[in-house]
Amino acid sequence: MSLYAQSLTCIRQDRLIFNAVDLSLNPGEILWVKGRNGSGKTSLLRILACLLKPATGIVSWNGTDIEEDPEHYKENLQYVGHQDALKMAMSARENLEFWSDYTENSTVDQALDAFQLQPIADHPTQILSAGQKKRSNLARLIACPAPLWILDEPVSSLDTDYIGLFKDLLEKHVRNGGMALLATHQDLSLSRVRQLDLNQISEVAR
Amino acid sequence: MRSFLALLKRDMLLAYRQGSALTMTLSFFVIAVTLFPLGVGPELNVLARIGPGVLWVGALLACLLTLDRIFQADFEDGTLEQLMLGPLSIEFIVLTKIIAHWVMSVLPLIAITPILAISLNVHADGIWAMIFSLLIGSPVLSLIGAVGAALTVAMRRGGVLLSLLVLPLYIPVLIFGVASVEAAVALMPMAPHLMLLGGLSLGALVVCPFAAAAALRLAVE
Repeated sequence: MSLYAQSLTCIRQDRLIFNAVDLSLNPGEILWVKGRNGSGKTSLLRILACLLKPATGIVSWNGTDIEEDPEHYKENLQYVGHQDALKMAMSARENLEFWSDYTENSTVDQALDAFQLQPIADHPTQILSAGQKKRSNLARLIACPAPLWILDEPVSSLDTDYIGLFKDLLEKHVRNGGMALLATHQDLSLSRVRQLDLNQISEVAR
Repeated sequence: MRSFLALLKRDMLLAYRQGSALTMTLSFFVIAVTLFPLGVGPELNVLARIGPGVLWVGALLACLLTLDRIFQADFEDGTLEQLMLGPLSIEFIVLTKIIAHWVMSVLPLIAITPILAISLNVHADGIWAMIFSLLIGSPVLSLIGAVGAALTVAMRRGGVLLSLLVLPLYIPVLIFGVASVEAAVALMPMAPHLMLLGGLSLGALVVCPFAAAAALRLAVE
């Protein structure tokens, strides 16, 4: 299992966001994507999550171009974006039950436990705070297990305790042979992390 | 299959929880149809003559009100892109949502049509024909509507554009729907019209999920 991307270029509405990004990721590794606002962190993660097509370059999973077999690649990845992907009219449990059912998994209770969501699991999502929603969203990582986590600002609006909890879960995932791509402005002081600085790449592009 | 059922169940549950939308659509249908006797006058012959047309047009307009929500809520909260990363292809996601829309928004309209038909003095044979023609023809409303909804999903105020896109495409269904009811009232065979309606439904079933899926792919990028 490995993710490999070569000379990725992203152009959004005729504006060059980044140019010639190379990266590779193997089991047990975390790649921390850094960069200023607008340096293309989200675009890069969306390209790697099959949600955006790069202007040039290829992404390959286990040596196969993901364009050729997107279905297989999608089974192996779990993407957490800025938006919560939660339905306000359903509770956290119902939301997770839907996602685990949809992806043909069944580890909802484990996921609720991991993010300490049991006490609020049956409240409508509408009344939850931003941090509680974020945790409900992150719980999808456990409810729908996948080796590759692509996380865009996973700790925004979490308090320090829950950032610690999330960090532990992330490190456990990586210890068990998972891999993670992470874009965040906060230094999580993770062990075994490699960095990819989009600022430098964008500087060269400009 | 499990993914398909999960999505179908979730969409129906959400439509049920947000029940006010359904009540409003039904109320709109009832009020819009009730306006005609007030505007045209209470002559029963005239009402019986225009009744089928009024009911079909009322159903089309009421259905329009519900279309923009097929994809928009999921698009805005990021659910749509997560669904696309799941095991179902986009075409199947679209089809599932169309089925949920038809069951939760269009079927209730069909269910109250007989009562409204009586109030418009439509002949008893016509009422049966009305129900049959709606059951066979109304999937087209959801199917074509889904294409319009997918094309306007990224727009803040796409509702008006959606109506402009979709209403002209509803014309064939309207023509054959009304024709089948009028044939039944005149004691003529209505089967040809129903078959044409069925043909329209099946044709839309083949084409529309692909068209809507293509539009959604563009919207998510």
